[in-house]
Order: sequence, then structure tokens, then C-alpha cells
Amino acid sequence: MGATHLPSTEFDGTAIDDQLEADAEAAMGEPPAQMVQLLGPDGKLGTDPVYSEYAQKLDAAKLRGLYADMAAIRRFDVEATALQRQGQLALWVPLTGQEAAQIGSGRASQPQDYIFPTYREHGVALTRNVDLAELLRQFRGVSNGGWNPKDTNFHLYTLVLAAQTLHAVGYAMGIQRDQKLAATSDPARTEPAAAVIAYYGDGASSEGDVHESMVFASSFNAPVVFFCQNNHWAISVPSTVQTRIPLSNRAKGYGFPGVRVDGNDVIAVHAVTEWALDHARQGKGPVLIEAFTYRVGAHTTADDPTKYRQSAEEDSWRAKDPLTRLEKYLRAEGLADDSFFAKVKADGDELAAYVRRTTHDLETPDIRTAFANTYVEAHPLVAEELAWFEEYSAGFAGDESSEEADKEAGNR
Amino acid sequence: MTTMTIAKAINEGLRAALNNNPKSLLMGEDIGPLGGVYRVTDGLIAEFGPERVVDTPLAESGIIGTAIGLALRGYSPVCEIQFDGFVFPGFNQITTQLAKMHARSNGNLTVPVVIRIPYGGGIGSVEHHSESPEALFAHTAGLRIITPSNPHDAYWMIQQAVECQDPIIIFEPKRRYWLKGDVDVQAAGAAGDPFKAHVLREGSDATIVAYGPLVPVALAAANAAAEDGRSVEVIDLRSLSPIDFDTVTTSVEKTGRLIVAHEAPTFGGLGGEIAARISERAFLSLEAPVIRVGGFHMPYPVAKVEEDYLPDIDRILEALDRALAY
Repeated sequence: MGATHLPSTEFDGTAIDDQLEADAEAAMGEPPAQMVQLLGPDGKLGTDPVYSEYAQKLDAAKLRGLYADMAAIRRFDVEATALQRQGQLALWVPLTGQEAAQIGSGRASQPQDYIFPTYREHGVALTRNVDLAELLRQFRGVSNGGWNPKDTNFHLYTLVLAAQTLHAVGYAMGIQRDQKLAATSDPARTEPAAAVIAYYGDGASSEGDVHESMVFASSFNAPVVFFCQNNHWAISVPSTVQTRIPLSNRAKGYGFPGVRVDGNDVIAVHAVTEWALDHARQGKGPVLIEAFTYRVGAHTTADDPTKYRQSAEEDSWRAKDPLTRLEKYLRAEGLADDSFFAKVKADGDELAAYVRRTTHDLETPDIRTAFANTYVEAHPLVAEELAWFEEYSAGFAGDESSEEADKEAGNR
Repeated sequence: MTTMTIAKAINEGLRAALNNNPKSLLMGEDIGPLGGVYRVTDGLIAEFGPERVVDTPLAESGIIGTAIGLALRGYSPVCEIQFDGFVFPGFNQITTQLAKMHARSNGNLTVPVVIRIPYGGGIGSVEHHSESPEALFAHTAGLRIITPSNPHDAYWMIQQAVECQDPIIIFEPKRRYWLKGDVDVQAAGAAGDPFKAHVLREGSDATIVAYGPLVPVALAAANAAAEDGRSVEVIDLRSLSPIDFDTVTTSVEKTGRLIVAHEAPTFGGLGGEIAARISERAFLSLEAPVIRVGGFHMPYPVAKVEEDYLPDIDRILEALDRALAY
């Protein structure tokens, strides 16, 4: 990456997008991807020949629910960031700016679908009923996971970029086989068709595993939806360094549909994802969705965006804020009033208080659980090392009481 | 009891596994109509169909990564990697994902994936077709590693691997694929414990530990030593993770001397781990330092000189002489 990739001081917020598409055209005559948008930054609802049908299924209650989810997860994000700053979390991965991409897609999934997140999908976790305090276990340093994926069909976070996209395809291949086995063993039994969503980012799109997962998904027509949140920055490297064409266009090369959706438009994201999941569940194969969005904050609490991007860019994306535009729409259509928004705020504060309270109480595990979970079946080396550890630890048993006695003596 | 080659024994073992477990399936490049580059999966696609014998795209990370996903959905995939040196594109999936999934899920998830890797040299092949990378995997907690040296073990170990709930890598000694031997396919209990070492030959003067392709070499060396009046015990390790140190310790307590032989480079190899453990466990029984016989610290050399690289009978006998000289 060279300095030419960094936004200039004249950067106006659309420069990257324009450059991306200009590059694409210059490189290969690639037409720019049409971006599906239903709810604009002005809060006005437009139409789309394919996706309006899906959007119409969102009644007033569901729309209010989408807003409440987005507000809740943003409030959670603020609280988790604060907890990290106060030393209660080792690290935090903020999602602010990406609420619509996550809530819209997560709410479009059904309970039988299985989700493979990367490590920023706190909003998707919320839609899958993962206890958000449990989600903090990893960042608190008391677990490498924190929840049982079997309870919610929401897999553990994966820190090795893109590894989970292959797991998603394999899981989807398992769904295909399950359907055939079920049809063979009991034709009368009907279970809802299922699909898989694999989340990843524009940075991860450069990893080989994403490529291999798309080859496998296409070759085996697996029921999987690849959901790329293009938040424009892979830590400090802009998306222009990851790709010269819109990421959604890549799907064509693998032989399945790719859709670019306004990732800050929760209605469009919900509609496109619902369509894609239907497509996959019906046996029509994989879909790639590129949610065009923006990470407003840092990559994690360890980096500093002021070192690699202009505040004007962030400001321009704040103008496209997913919560603000839905609030405008709900108010303009008379679907929600002040009392609704006040309640959402109160609920958010309550969630934040719960998370703060429970984070402090997250139990530090005994290292014996790590001995127990390295292998499923008995393992002599683990048993030997555990036995040594027990004997070694027992050697300190007397020391604690003598320390206490010393303390007491000192107090006297 | 029936006689077959190691390749055929694995083929029969896979057939049995596919019959016994409806959720088992095979994945790999060229394993379908071709039957694998070594024909180990010959005929299985005709019998079980392409859903259970899956010819995959040419992508090792893809094979192992999708196998992990299938395992998460309740399947028991058996992946074939064509050659040892080609496992590295899948190394990330094996070491960062497969090995750790059970631990990081606090025991909630299991990924019973089997990875078959033909390994070792001696077949006069080209670069990346003759390596012994087992130590790289044995160093990773969460994996189990086994390596058969004869058809009976090959037949049973592959089936036991499929049934095991932990991820397992089977390193198959490719230059022994055509080695024939008796396989007891029926007797109850014929399988034995796949993670236990076997004493193949009893002796009192020294112990040779070997595994996979070097087991026949170790036995031949022991026979040659016997002609010189030396009584050498030979142990087939069979499992490289975990390692059955109890069997090795018992033997060394009897013989007082230990030689560990493997094809992998000596430096950082499993021979060093065995030497260190035995030094801790049986120091007072040792009459000589544990001596390692292995490959040199170089990329696996070109085929025309691999005979100079691979441990052979003479290299083991030389080590034996050194041990007995103390």
C-alpha cells in the first residue's frame, strides 16, 4: 500500500466508491454494481422491482423491532467500549455504523438457519438471542468462546480471518445430506429447509479461504449465503487495496448471484437477505451479498482511525446513519412516536446496566476445564500433566493459610 | 485371516467405515472414479455414490475447512491429502481450527474429522512428495496422530479413527502401500487400542523405537544385530500423539539402551521428544544416551540421493554400536 491509497484532504466521502468503480471500468470494463436501496438517508422509502415485495412483509411492529434492535446493539457497543477503556475487557471490536447490516440480515434468518460470524457480529448475535454478557466472555478473557452454538445456531466468533466461510459451506453441505437422509428414512416427515450465512468483511475477502469457500459452494450448490460487510477499512487499509471491482461482482466469477445492498438501509438488507436465504433454501445455490456500509469507529479499541483516515469521511457516513433514517421514516409515517423512542432508550440503558453488572461477575474458569476440553476422549499426556499440576498446586495449599496468619499477625 | 496390502487394507477399512456409519463420508481430490492417486479409495464411489465419496475441487484448505463444517453438522468426514508436502495449504485449518474447536467451545462442539496423508520417501518421487511433517502436527494440542506400519493395523486404525470423536491425522507410509500381510477382519477385539505401541520383537540389549515406514527397517536391523549376538527389542510406536511412553519406558528399563528412528529430520523431530521423556522417566536405567536416527536438516533431497538421506539398516546398526559402546 502506498500513500496514494490514503484519502487526500480533498476527500469528499464518495471518493473511494467513485475510485473503486472507475478502477473497475478502467481495468476490465466492469459495470458498477447497482446498489439495492429502499430507505434512503432522507428517510423516504423507495421501490425495487425484486425486493419491494420482501420489504412489504415488514409491518409496523417489525419495523419498530428493527429500530429497537439497532438502538439496543449500539447502546451495548458504547457500553462495551467503555468497559474496555476502564480495563474490564482486554479488547473490544466496535460495530457502530454497521447496525443495519447486522440487524437486517440477522432478523431475516430463521431459527433453523445456522450462522457463522466473524468477530464483530454483535448485532447478529442479538437477533439470535445470544446473551450479550456471554458474548463478552471472550473479550473479558475468561473463554475463547462463551456460548453454546447449539442453543442458538449462532457459531462462535472466529479470529482467523475467513476460516469460518469454509466451515459454513461444509455445514451447508451437511444440510443437503440431512435433507436427503430424511427424505429416504421418512418421506412423510417434513422439516423446514435450512440455509447457512457466512459473515466476513472486505479485508477478509482477500483471504484464500473465501475464494475456496465460493468454489466449493458453487461446485456443490450449497445452501449458503455469503454476507460480506464492506465497512471500507481492514484495520488501516482501505477497501481499494482489497479489490478493484465491487465485491458483489465477484460472485459472477463463481457462477452465482451477487447483490450489493445499501448496508445502512435495514429494510433493504432485510429484504435482500430474506430473498437470498429463500434462494438457498430452495436448492438454488449460494448467493453473495455485499452490504455497503461503514465502520464509524476504530477496528478495535487497539487502533486509532485518526492515523489512517480523514474525519470528513467519517462525517459523511454519519449522514447516512442507519438509525437516523429509520427514525425519520417511522416518525413521518406515524409508525412510532416520542414514547416509543423514549422506551427504546430506557431499554438500552437497562441492557447496558445488565451487561456492566454481569461483566464484573463473569467467572474466571479453572484451568482444569482446559485440561478437560482439549480432547473429547481420554488422553494420557493430558492426564499426566493434569496429575502433575494437581500435585504441584497441592504444594501451595499450606502457604495460603500461613500468608493469612502473617497478615493477621501484621494487623495485630 | 486374510492377506492384503496396506493400500487394500485401508480401502477395506474405509468400506467398513462407510457401511458402519451412515454419517461418514470421504473427501479429496481424485478419490472418486480414479480411486485416489494410490488407488486407496478404488471402487468406493461406485458402491457409495458421489455424496459419500466426494471428488472435491483442488484446494486443501477447502477440503479440510468444509470437512470441519460437515463435522459440526454431525458428519464424520475422512479427508485425503494426496501427498505430505501438499498438506500445508490446509495447515491453517488443521492447526487453528480443527485442533482447537472442541477446546474453544468449552467442550460443546466436536469435530471428528479424519485426515489421511501419505507420507515419507523412498519412492523416487519429485519435490514435496516425500516429506515427513508429523512433528509439526504432533506439537499441536487437540490433534491425534497415528501411523500404521502393517495391513492389520491399517485396516483397523482407519475405522477406529472414524469412530473417534477427536480429530485424527493418519500418516500412511506410502512406500509400504504394497506391503502384504495378514489382516484379522473378524475376530472380536482384533482392533486393539490404536494409541498403544506394540512390542514387535523382544530383546534385552537395546530397544529400537520406530514407526510407519521405518518399522520394517528397524526389524531388519534387529535381525542383523542378532546375527552378531545382540538381542534387540523393536517397538512400533503406532501413535505419535499421544505417544505410549509407558511401553517405551518398560522396554528401556529392561534393555538400558534406546535408539529412536524416523525419516523426519532429526532436529526438532519426535525422536527428541522421546529421548527427553525417556531420560526423565528412566534415567537410572539408561546405560547410554538415547540416540536418534533420522533425516538431515535439509529440505527432502532429490530422488537420486534419497538413499543417502533415509535411515537404513546400516544407519540404525551404527547407532546401536554407539549405544553399546558405553
